[in-house]
Parts: sequence; C-alpha cells; structure tokens
Amino acid sequence: MTEQEEGTLVETPGSAASSEASSSETTKADPYLQVRDLRVRFRTEDGVVRAVDGLSFGVERGRTLGIVGESGSGKSVTSLAVLGLHDPRRTEISGEILVGGRDVVGLSDAECRRLRGRDMAMVFQDPLSALHPYYSVGRQIAEAYRVHHPEAGRRAAWRRAVDMLDRVGIPQPARRAEQYPHEFSGGMRQRVMIAMALVNDPDLLVADEPTTALDVTVQAQILDLLADLQSEFNSAIVLITHDLGVVSQVADDVLVMYAGRAVEHGNVEQVLRRPQHPYTWGLLSSVPSLRGDASADLVPIRGNPPSLINLPPGCAFHPRCRYADRTDGRSSTERPELLPVAEAGHRVACHLPEVDRQRFYADEIAQVGVAP
Amino acid sequence: MLRFVVKKVLLALSTLLAVSVITFGMFFAVPNNPAELMCGDSKNVCSPERIEMIERRMGLDKPIPVQYAEFMRGVFVGRTIGTGPTARDCPAPCLGFSFRSDEPVTGIVGRTLPVTLSIVFGAAVVWLVLGVSIGMVSALRRGSAFDKLAVGTSLVGASMPILLFGPLLLIGLVYETGLLGYPRYTPLTENPLAWASAMILPWFALGFLNSATYARLSRAQMLETLSEDFVRTARAKGLSKITVYGRHALRAAITPIITIAGLDLGAYLGGTVITETVFGFTGLGRTALNAALDLDMPIVMATVLLAAVFVVAANVLVDMLYAVVDPRVRLG
Repeated sequence: MTEQEEGTLVETPGSAASSEASSSETTKADPYLQVRDLRVRFRTEDGVVRAVDGLSFGVERGRTLGIVGESGSGKSVTSLAVLGLHDPRRTEISGEILVGGRDVVGLSDAECRRLRGRDMAMVFQDPLSALHPYYSVGRQIAEAYRVHHPEAGRRAAWRRAVDMLDRVGIPQPARRAEQYPHEFSGGMRQRVMIAMALVNDPDLLVADEPTTALDVTVQAQILDLLADLQSEFNSAIVLITHDLGVVSQVADDVLVMYAGRAVEHGNVEQVLRRPQHPYTWGLLSSVPSLRGDASADLVPIRGNPPSLINLPPGCAFHPRCRYADRTDGRSSTERPELLPVAEAGHRVACHLPEVDRQRFYADEIAQVGVAP
Repeated sequence: MLRFVVKKVLLALSTLLAVSVITFGMFFAVPNNPAELMCGDSKNVCSPERIEMIERRMGLDKPIPVQYAEFMRGVFVGRTIGTGPTARDCPAPCLGFSFRSDEPVTGIVGRTLPVTLSIVFGAAVVWLVLGVSIGMVSALRRGSAFDKLAVGTSLVGASMPILLFGPLLLIGLVYETGLLGYPRYTPLTENPLAWASAMILPWFALGFLNSATYARLSRAQMLETLSEDFVRTARAKGLSKITVYGRHALRAAITPIITIAGLDLGAYLGGTVITETVFGFTGLGRTALNAALDLDMPIVMATVLLAAVFVVAANVLVDMLYAVVDPRVRLG
C-alpha cells in the first residue's frame, strides 16, 4: 500500500460517528480493519463457548487477508462479530474491532447499522439461502443502495442495481434485475451477492466461504471477480475459507486459526511455503496437490477439533500434535503466544524452537510433496 | 400462469363432481324412504297410494342415476320436479325442496348462509389479527415474559373446546353480568349495528380460540424465518429492524399462514355447528346437522355440496395466492 492510498483512510466518509479518541488514533500506519484482542463467548446450557479467544489482526485497504481453519475454529464467528451480526443476547464480546478507526464493539445496533452495508459489507457462503426468495435481485440490490442513500429515488437506485449487475459480469443486466434468485445459477447468484455487497462502495468486504457452495470452475471465476473488483474499489477484503487453494489464489496475508486463536500469521509466501506451525502443516498435508506426487497419500490431521467449552490446557492443538512431546511438556501446560519468527511479518504460536520447526517441516512435511 | 389457473380450476370441478356423486349415492345407500318420512310419523295415515303420490311429486320414483342427472341439471338450468298436476317449477340454481318443510332449499340456504358467513369472516379477522401479531411479537421477544405468557395462554386456548368456552362467555357476559344481550341475529343489510353487536360473542369465542393456534403457528414460523440466511443478509445491508422484520422476515413467515388460514376459512364456511348452536344462531352448520338427522336429503345435498365448494374454492384461491406471493411457484 502506498502513502497516497493510506492518506484516504482519514477522509473516510461517516467518520463523524467515531469518537475523538479513536479518530486521533487513526494514523497513517493503521490498517482499515484492526482487530485487537477480540474475545467472543456464547452462553449455552452446557457452558460458556469461547468461540474466539484473544484474536488480533489487521487488514489494509487494497489487501486481502485469508482466515483459514477447520469448522469451529472461530473464523465465521469473527466475521459476524466484525459486522455486528451476532445475537447480542447470547454473545459476549470484548476487545476492539476498529473499522476505519471506529470501534464497532461498543456501538449500539443503530450506530452499527449505519456502517453495515456502507463501510463494511459481507458476502455469504450460500447465495441461494442468503438472497430473499420472494424479491427480484434488482430490488434487493436497490434496497441495499437506498438504505444508505435515502436521497436517491427508486429509479436511480434501480439504475445503480442494474449497473452493479453489469459490473459483476452478469449479461443482460437490465433484464436479469427483474428476475428472482431461483432463476440464476449458483455462480451468477454469488455475483448478485457480490454486486449487493459492493453497491455502496464499502471499504471493507468480508467474504465468508464465498466459493464453497460453487462448482470448482465457477469458484475460479468468482475469485477472479473479487480480485478485479478489489483493484477497482480498493477495499480491504477478509476472506474466510477452509480452502487453502482459495487462499493461495487471492490472499495477500494468511491467518490460520485453531480453537478460536491465531496459530500462524504472515503473508501467503510465508504461511503456505514456509509454514512453521504443525497445525498449518496438517492443513497443507490434507490438501490434494496437482503439482505434487499424485501417488502421495493425503495425510489427515489426527483427532477431532476440541470442544470450545472445555479447551485442552496449554496449546489447544497439543492433543493432535505429533511434536507435542518435544517441548519439555510446555505444550500441555503453557499456552503459546503468537510470536514473531526470524522472518519479518511472520508470527507463529508454537513452543517448538524455530530451528526445530524449520527442520521438521523441511525433513518430514515438504519432502512428501504435498505443499502447494 | 393461465395454464396453472385452468389446471387448478379443472381439478377443483372434478373434485366437486365426485363429492356430489358420493353424497347422492350415500343418501340412497341408507335404508330409508323419504316419502314415508314426509308422509307422517304415524303408519296409519300413510296409505301406499299416498306414499306413491309423494314419490311421484318429489321425483323419487325414477331410477337413482336419472334422479342424479335431474338434480345436476336443476342446479345449472332449473327443472320441473314431479309430473302431472303436482309438478312444480324450480328455477336454476335449483336444489330441490325440503322433504320436511317443502320449502325451496335455495331459500333455506339463502337465509342461513349469511349467518355463517358473518360468524366466520368476523372471527377470521379476530384470529388472524390477534394470533399473527401475538405470534410475531412472541418470536421477536423470545424468552421474554410476554412470550412465556403468550405460549402458556395459547396452549390453554388451543386445547379449550368452544363447547366449553362459548357457554362460559355466555354465563360471564350475558347471564351473570348482563354486559351483553343474548345474541339475536339481524341481517347486516337491515341494521349493521345490531348485526355487529349480535356477532360480538361468536366472533370473540371462535376468533380467540383459533387465535391460539395461529399464535403458535406464527411464532414457530417467525422463529424459523429469523434463523434464515436472508434475514442475516438483510441485517448485513444495514436495514433497520422494522424493515428486516417487517419486510424481509414477515413476508416469508406469513406465506404458510396464509395457506392455513385459507383452508381453515374454507372449512369453517361449510358450517360452524357448535358455535351456531351455542349462541343460538341458525346457520349453515346447524341446518346441515338437522337435515342429516331428519334425513332431509335435498338440504343435506345442498349443504354438503356448498361446504365442498367452499373448501375447494379456498384451495384454488390459496394455490393462486401462493403463486402470487412466492415467485418460485409460478412455473408449476
């Protein structure tokens, strides 16, 4: 990101909603989305679920952060918390979520609503269920535009909707705008979702598994589209996925989550080529590779994800980790912090000494030829 | 869309045809002779000649299929009942003459149908407005005191028979306190105010009890809809709560309720025997019941067919309404 681009951060429209304190905190170095020590808990009958437990990351405008992890790792909960879409009666949130310098965590629903859809927007996993079945897609997009542009008339909003459909590559947009979600194919429906999310030119786009429900060929098109639109709109994108292939295609940075915590964070090169956390190795080894040795077996990560109500002590991953016995027992007693490694920008939460991690990866994981 | 409508209407007509054949057939399957019934209770009065005369007068001397064909012709074009000097003209829609009172059935229906229509439509307004709004508020405030009270009350309401609730209302509001007068039906066209005041009790009784079912149904529907992805999408767009709930959630939640309301309405229009009886009205339901007990075949035939018409018409209307509400149904 250049100095010039970052300069626009301060001029973000609607920053009136931010408090004096937070706007003074918005310096040039601050990313558009800054999450600090985020904790999300749900009260259930069985106990308190710690869905996200002390998570910090930032995304600058024009960049894409891929958040990767198994189901239940807290990645979707994080995305909902950013948009303020969690159920406030069941959920306890602490920490900071700064969107353009404004902390979303303390905001009332009415205040948060003004940011939602305008400054931050979301694309969901299954576009068929995420679009209203009874309204035409044009109407749904126009509605999203009019909430934040009350001065715009119906016709202007409709023209904007048609224009957006055109921009996301839907042929005959004027005719298609009149149609209902069930009349679209899966990929076209996701394009509609994206058009709806981008209709107000948001600075932050959160995409929660945007391609999971789609065919592989369509997946690539949607990812290309997101990348194209990002260069056009210069938004910060958070891409939630369990698919490392998707991450390697579009993300600039990667955050690997396990049991509500970040276990590895760095740019795509670092995390996918020189991963240092055994969990990341596991994820990589369980992905089939076209380039690698086709006869190489996929190695699943042994065991199951832990219960978020009753996390293992120490490193939450240690019961499934093949190297847990090489940390002098620290893995089962002491929780590892996300600490920088030798290479700048790369952080890992693991008790193994860095030298060992590099050696294990080189000798035992990369050798098998499963790394992408 | 036109094909859809035509298909539905044809299906409805064939259903009605089947109902008429079965009702007609069932009546003759029962061992009874209407002519004997008409003749009088005492065997002595009825000479075979007299019975024969009555049969001829009523057209009962003809074979059953012929009688059926004549009945159906009468409905659409009118007919002459009986032969010779006793023949009577019966213009379309001819439903015959009551075996008991010799009155044209159309006249009886014309007198009693408005009573039932008044009760059912008024009560439907009560149960829809009351039930749906309570259900929606309950769902939105799930777990609140209001919700718990509503769920509890609706359980009582849904399990309370009108046979008990109606008399309780009468005792509480009419006999003991005199807050309301005993309901006496006045046609709407004669005096709207008297009509409405007579209807208050049945509207409330039937409306309140049904609203319990509708409250439970609406609550469940709304809760299900609130967990739908598109409601989350609506929130993610930054829409206000009113728009999210009112426009996005309600629209989806209310569709199945419309269906059930339509079908209920159709079923009730065929007669609300208990409500009519409890509050002393002579509506379609009570007429049908009495006719069945009296073996008054033309009235039974007319009321059963009318009830079938209501149910079938409600079904067709609901199907069409559904196609209007839900764009996904249109091609079906």
